[in-house]
Amino acid sequence: MHCGMKLSFLSAILGIPSLALAQPAAQDTQAQIAALQQAVKSAQAASASAQSAGDNAWMLTSAALVLLMTGPGLALFYGGLVRKKNVLGTMMQSFAMMGLVTIIWAVVGYSLAFGPGNLFIGDFQHLFLRGVGLAPNPAYAPTIPEQTFMIYQLMFAIITPALITGAFAERMKFSAMALFLSLWSLIVYCPMAHMVWGVGGLLNASGGHIPSLDFAGGTVVHITSGVSALVTCIYLGKRAGYPYTKMQPHSMVISFIGACLLWVGWFGFNAGSALGSSSLATSAFVNTHFAAAAAAVGWSIAEWIRNGKPTALGAISGAVAGLVAITPASGFVQPMSALAIGFLAGFFCFFMVFIVKGFFGYDDSLDAFGVHGAGGTLGALLTGLFAASVINPVFKDSAGNPLPSGAIDGHWSQMLNQFAGVAIAWSISIVGTLALLFVVDKFVGLRLSPEQEAEGLDLSQHNEEGYDLNS
Amino acid sequence: MLKIEAVLQPSKLDAVKDALLEAGIEGMTILEARGHGRQKGHTEFYRGREYTVDLLPKIKIELVVTDDQKEKALQAIIGAARTGRIGDGKIFISGVDDAIRIRNDERGEAAI
Repeated sequence: MHCGMKLSFLSAILGIPSLALAQPAAQDTQAQIAALQQAVKSAQAASASAQSAGDNAWMLTSAALVLLMTGPGLALFYGGLVRKKNVLGTMMQSFAMMGLVTIIWAVVGYSLAFGPGNLFIGDFQHLFLRGVGLAPNPAYAPTIPEQTFMIYQLMFAIITPALITGAFAERMKFSAMALFLSLWSLIVYCPMAHMVWGVGGLLNASGGHIPSLDFAGGTVVHITSGVSALVTCIYLGKRAGYPYTKMQPHSMVISFIGACLLWVGWFGFNAGSALGSSSLATSAFVNTHFAAAAAAVGWSIAEWIRNGKPTALGAISGAVAGLVAITPASGFVQPMSALAIGFLAGFFCFFMVFIVKGFFGYDDSLDAFGVHGAGGTLGALLTGLFAASVINPVFKDSAGNPLPSGAIDGHWSQMLNQFAGVAIAWSISIVGTLALLFVVDKFVGLRLSPEQEAEGLDLSQHNEEGYDLNS
Repeated sequence: MLKIEAVLQPSKLDAVKDALLEAGIEGMTILEARGHGRQKGHTEFYRGREYTVDLLPKIKIELVVTDDQKEKALQAIIGAARTGRIGDGKIFISGVDDAIRIRNDERGEAAI
């Protein structure tokens, strides 16, 4: 009887006429069961392989989009904001990360971030990518090859130190920059990535001791880079002549193109963090776009009120601030929350850049802290406020039913977890960056000589010029 | 022979050039310049930081004319370049001792 029910169920889903199953002969039935089981198996395999193909296509695309954020996106954005004698040197700082961090990641970085390890850091299990093959790693992404996951995560490891370069623009030696940021990716980035996203990490949203929500890197990428940026620019001191010498951006057009490329690349950054081409990716994609738009409008309104005119630089800075703030929230919140997060980020980062920076007088040259540190912190906290279980049921009870995610959902204590995540990200960034700056300064010397600084990065560090209009 | 140097708003260059051609002045040299007179500069804002730009982009034209052409040339320049607002520019006139056409050694007024 039970067998008959199962058979008719199978025949129904496979579209096989049930008359054929009504044959009384036991042997025939056995054979048919075997055939059906085979058919089910191959159907399952076909559907899994189709999902894998779809997910892998989106994840490889996303990886490429995230690389696009660093080069050319960030390189252009930062390159346009410096004086023209520093344009190539500034772009090279981003590009150097594409080279250096890739090698570090392949050799040891991936293992330190995503190896099993302990609460705080991975281990050496995947040294030289040992065991990281084309089969999926179910602990991270069960439908894509682990190498896809690895290369996707690498793109995050590249852009994070590249973001810091905005704070010390126009005044650090290339050698010191290369050493400092390479070590930084090991000492600060890898542990933070492991704590938040690694299996067994302290802050891992599913299973960590302090489940902190960070969908695409609000703490891991933006707080670490932004806070380290602040520490670096204070440690290094101001640029010669700041704030009395004119240091206006040499090409707003270049910066404009860069910022728009960042916006596009960010779809890979956030929607790709769904680790598949699922409906969650759609949700993150929509939220990302909404927040960027709302923040561009928010910053522009603030600037319009304060200075009488909205600027192009203000609009694109606002968009980036919104993208930063939505990053941790992108896969957890509803679209209207994304608009709110973006709008708030536009105002808040405007305030940090226009008021707070001037008040304290630090020379965060391209506002890496004002946008990424401030926006990342705001976004991480707002994620705890707005996270909704209807979008992403990340917390479940023992029976597998979804529990509320964020404060508005009814889970107020999530705010504490978010605070803890923010505090840990700030702490590791401050301590790690200070230690590295001290060591690199001792061994290599961080700062250009006054003559080199006056000459510019392009000539003094690379023996070339960005623009030679006479040739 | 006289040399006329005129500092102009860049947007007035084409009008001045056409007016001079119409007045029968055949040659001129143009320089992209920066400077200011009473106009002073303007203020730019980048992320709230204020920059005063006091040297503004200008066009300087230089031409050498015969004494007879002087008034025609001046009227052409003034007529084409004047808006009546501050920043329209200035004209300076000075004497020229000699002129030489490099191609064939022609001298004086024949060379301009």
